[in-house]
Formats: sequence, C-alpha cells, structure tokens
Amino acid sequence: MIEFPPGLILILGALFVPILPSYFRNAYMLALPILGFWGLLILPEGILFSFNFFDYTLAPVRVDKLSLLFGYIFHIAAAVSIIFAFHVKDPVQQMAGLIYAGAAIGGAFSGDLITLFVYWEGTAIASVFLIWSSKTERSYRAGMRYLIIQVGSGVLLLAGAILQFKKTGSLEFTKMDLSDLGPILIFIAFGIKAAFPLLHNWLQDAYPEATVTGTVFLSAFTTKLAVYALARGFAGTEILIWIGAVMTAFPIFYAIIENNLRRVLCYSLNIQLGFMIVGVGIGTELALNGTAAHAVSHILYKALLFMSMGAVLYQVGTIKASELGGLFKSMPYTAGLCIIGCASISAFPLFIGFISKSLIITAVAEQGYWVVWLVLLFASAGVIQYSAMKIPYFTFFQKNPELKTNEAPTNMLIAMGIVAFLCIAIGVYPKPLYTLLPYQLDYSPYTTTHIVTQIQLLLFSALAFFLLIRTGIYPAMIRATNLDFDWIYRHLLPVLIAGFRKLVTLIDRLIRDAFLSSLSQLLELIFKHHGPGGLLARTGLTGLMALWVVILLALFLLIYFI
Amino acid sequence: MEQNQEPQENKTRPDNSKTKAKLIWLMGFACILSVITDLFYHKHVHYDAEDWIPGMYGWYSFIGCTAMVIVVNFLRKIVSRNENYYNEAEDD
Repeated sequence: MIEFPPGLILILGALFVPILPSYFRNAYMLALPILGFWGLLILPEGILFSFNFFDYTLAPVRVDKLSLLFGYIFHIAAAVSIIFAFHVKDPVQQMAGLIYAGAAIGGAFSGDLITLFVYWEGTAIASVFLIWSSKTERSYRAGMRYLIIQVGSGVLLLAGAILQFKKTGSLEFTKMDLSDLGPILIFIAFGIKAAFPLLHNWLQDAYPEATVTGTVFLSAFTTKLAVYALARGFAGTEILIWIGAVMTAFPIFYAIIENNLRRVLCYSLNIQLGFMIVGVGIGTELALNGTAAHAVSHILYKALLFMSMGAVLYQVGTIKASELGGLFKSMPYTAGLCIIGCASISAFPLFIGFISKSLIITAVAEQGYWVVWLVLLFASAGVIQYSAMKIPYFTFFQKNPELKTNEAPTNMLIAMGIVAFLCIAIGVYPKPLYTLLPYQLDYSPYTTTHIVTQIQLLLFSALAFFLLIRTGIYPAMIRATNLDFDWIYRHLLPVLIAGFRKLVTLIDRLIRDAFLSSLSQLLELIFKHHGPGGLLARTGLTGLMALWVVILLALFLLIYFI
Repeated sequence: MEQNQEPQENKTRPDNSKTKAKLIWLMGFACILSVITDLFYHKHVHYDAEDWIPGMYGWYSFIGCTAMVIVVNFLRKIVSRNENYYNEAEDD
C-alpha cells in the first residue's frame, strides 16, 4: 500500500469538486475524509517524504501519537461538517471547506517550519471564503479583517522560522524556548491563531459572519491547529499558564451579555481554548494528555453546538437571543441535540467534557498552581451561565409564542446525531480516547469525588442561573454591539488616522498660508521701492547728479584738510 | 440609544411562570442532596480547603456565578453600544 501525505487527499480532491455533477458531489466529498482517515491508519510513525530543497532539509510529514490524534479528529470533524453541509450547492464553499480541512490536517503533520508555514497560510486563505460566502457587506469586511490578521500570523511564523534557521541551522519544528527573537515571533504567530487575550478578536468578529455551515468548519480547525502547534513547540512554557488562565476567565463576561448566540459560542470557544493553553503551559505528561483530549472533546461538542445554532439560524433566519425562544416545540430534535452539546461542554458526568477537562484541572492542582486552579473551577462553573444554560434557554425555552418554524433538514440532524453519539460514547467509555493520547495515562475520571464535586459545581451554577433569570439580574438580551478589543482597530485606529490626517492638513495649510503671506509682503516691499513712485524707481535730473558729485568732492576736500 | 432598548428589554424579561418556580425548587432540592452526599464518602482532594465545608464546590460555584453576573451588569454599561455602532449594515 502506498502512503500519501495526510491532508493532501482533501486538498487535491477539492480541485475536482466544481467539475462533478451536483448529485454525485456529496458522496464524493464525504469519501475524501473517510479515505484520508483510512490513510492515517496505515501510516507508519516517523518522518516521511523528507527531501532537500536547496540547503534546507524539509520534513513534510511527521507521524507520532500527537499528530495522529489531531489527524484523526480533524478528519472526523471534516466528515461531519460535510454531512452538515449536504444541502449547500455552492462549489466555492465546498472547495473552501475541503481545502481548509486538508490544510489543517497537513499542518498537524508538518515536521518542519516551512511546511507548517505553507499549511498555516493555506488554512487562512481557504477559510476566508467560508466567511465571504455569506455574501453580505458585514461578512466581506469581517473576512477582510480576518484575512489580514491570519496572513499576518503566517508572516510572523515565516520570519521566526528564518531567524530560527540562521541561529540553529535547522528548520525542524520541535520544542523551542522563548530566549530568542525567532521563537518569540513563532510564539506570537501561534498566539494569534490560538486567540490569546488581546489577539483574540478576529475569532468573535469573523466566525459569526460566516455561513451556517462555514462556521462549523471554522470552529474545528484554525484554533485547534494553533493549540497543537503550541503543544508541539512550547510545552511547559510557564507564561502560557497565565495566558490560558486569563483566556478562561475574561471572555465569560462578554459571553453573558452577547446577544448573537453564534458569537456567544465564539467567546465560549475562546474560553475552552484557555483550558488547553493552561495544559500546554503546565507541560507535564498528564497536562499535555489533557490538552490533547480536551481538543478532541472540544472539537466535537463545539461542532455540535455550532451545528445546532446553525440549524436554528437556517430555519429561523436569525440567531439573536432577543428574537428567539420557544423553539423546543417546533425543533425538538435540534433542541435535544443542542442539550447534549451543552451537557458535554459543561463536563457533566457521562459526557465527553467530563473525561477531558478534568485531566487539565488535575494537572494544574498537582503542580500547585492554586490560583489558576481556582480560575479554572470558576470558568467550569461559569460555563452554565455563558453557554450551557444560556443557549438552550434563550433559543428553545424562553417564552416567545409568535415564533414558529420547522425541524432542521435531515442531513443536519444526522450530522448532529453522529457528533452527539460520539460525545456520549466517549464520555461513557473514554478508554479508546485515552489510549490514543500522546503519553501513557493512568487516570480514572469516574471517582466518587470527581462525580459529586462536578455535579455540585454544575447544579449550584444552574440554580444561580434560574434565580438570576427570575429576579431579572441576569442581563436581558438586547440588540447591541459590545465593544471588545477590536474597538482599537475598528474605531480608535480609523479615528486616530482621520485625526492625524486632519492635523497634517491643518499644519500644511498653516505653512502654505505663512509662506503665501510672507511672499505677498515681500512683493509689497519690492513694489514699494521699485514700483511707480518708489524711491529706487525714481528718475533724477542730470543737474541733481552733478550737484551731489560737487557736494561729495567738497566733503572729501574738507576731510582731507582736517 | 437607551429609548429604543426599552421595548425589547420587556420582551425578553423572564416569565415568572409556575413551572419555573417548581424548577427552581427542584434545583434547590437537588443542590441540597448533592451537599448531603458530601458527608458520606471520603474525598480525595488536592487542597485541604476542598474538604472544609460540605459542598465546597457548590458554594464556590454559586457565589462565583452570582458575583460574575452582577459584575457583568456593570460591564455592560461600559461596553454596550448601539447595534450599528461600526456602521456596517445589519443583515438579519
């Protein structure tokens, strides 16, 4: 059997999509990730397809347990996203989705920084079409901002890779430390894609503007590729613990007041990334296992949540909490599947979050970072407020008698059903996932302490949610724009630039005015002396001249004799 | 801005139906049960504080979440703006 570089099947396969008849296209597109998944199963471990390019040794494929795990889950995510998008006939979206997934898979297997850079930019460029496919003014602008930031991240990665090559003579993508400019640039590049605090806004800005199906693709790949890259390159870097802790806490506040439920999910995505980043920062075997496991579980339940909200958006035409409500009657299956996603994200026992998140939290406690531990617990309880209760409540259960619609299309329900099944199956029986983790794991999630404390955490938070809703303290959902860090480049920067332009115009005007007025003064002066009647322009008589000569001679004689 | 928020705010105000009241009682009951459970097994903890009071996780969660939502109300006053703040056409 011949080996094939992972990801390339999807990328090359995407090129044939537009020429295929549309009735055959869905089956063909679904076959690609299945074929790719099968390809992973027969792939031997180690560096493959290594070749020399001028003076550089490139390793386009590196297979080990960490890259394989991300490879598997990326293929699964691609497959279910494709099923979810079966009703879409737009070849641009279909190609973009496949190339995007393929680039993310390729990135997870790249063994050198240049290959990583190529795939890194590949994910950026392919994915922006999923945003632009909404074909609205907003999506065009948000996509543009997204593209600039994503490509910028790639440029930083390339610059860092070149510096790293100059320093070490190797392009291998391996563990680095932040002692040099090269790795620092690479770290920032990863940080942008991983939505570090203050580098995060592209996520909440662009993802909610993508198409119904596009957001499902987007939620799986870009950020998790960044988490993978950080786990590969910067495991055990302490600053990541604190960055991750801020990420788990800060976006909660925005998630609670946000009205657009797909944007709520983006903030929630950001929070869950924080857990993974903390795991990378801790860097122990347990923590890295936790990061890998949580990435898998997160891809699944977040895809499920984005799918259910996508289905609502598709059926109702809006995803604003202020406009929704009461949909459990008309969309009961979607509601049920959404609740499975919510139970998973809140790490309820028997659901997938329960067996992955606790690995990270345990690793944090074992290393004695008690402040971070408290923050993670706070975020684990807060998940009820910002997504696990908020989303189903405002979509399906708050009173809204006017709103009526139909159940989501079958292909959407099937895609959600598959993911929901995985969320429960892995939650109930986590062993297969645990054996795929990069390190040996001796951990049992179902201990009495873990089950009881987790249930307490969630029940009390849920009680708080209902009490806060009932008392009206929970912020009512209203149409609004909540200013986040993107205010800096969407408002402040344009204002500053406009102000600067005004200032320059003003100074320019002053200089011109001053010059013109001094010029006219000069002209006036010249005119005064040389103009008609001016002193220097007067024509005297010859006699007067002779008189002056005589006077001067007389003076000269006088001085001479004295 | 404030004026046109008012009617929408009323629309999403919580409905104080009887089912909801029952639900809250049920949740409260479940919470009490979960706290009582804490008395009947040996906790494996990383920090001693986890074991001080029965239901430590629950109290931490309840207080944390309530405080969070109260703080959010202040945050909203600072960051919330008109929906079309950035002058980008609204599509739905």
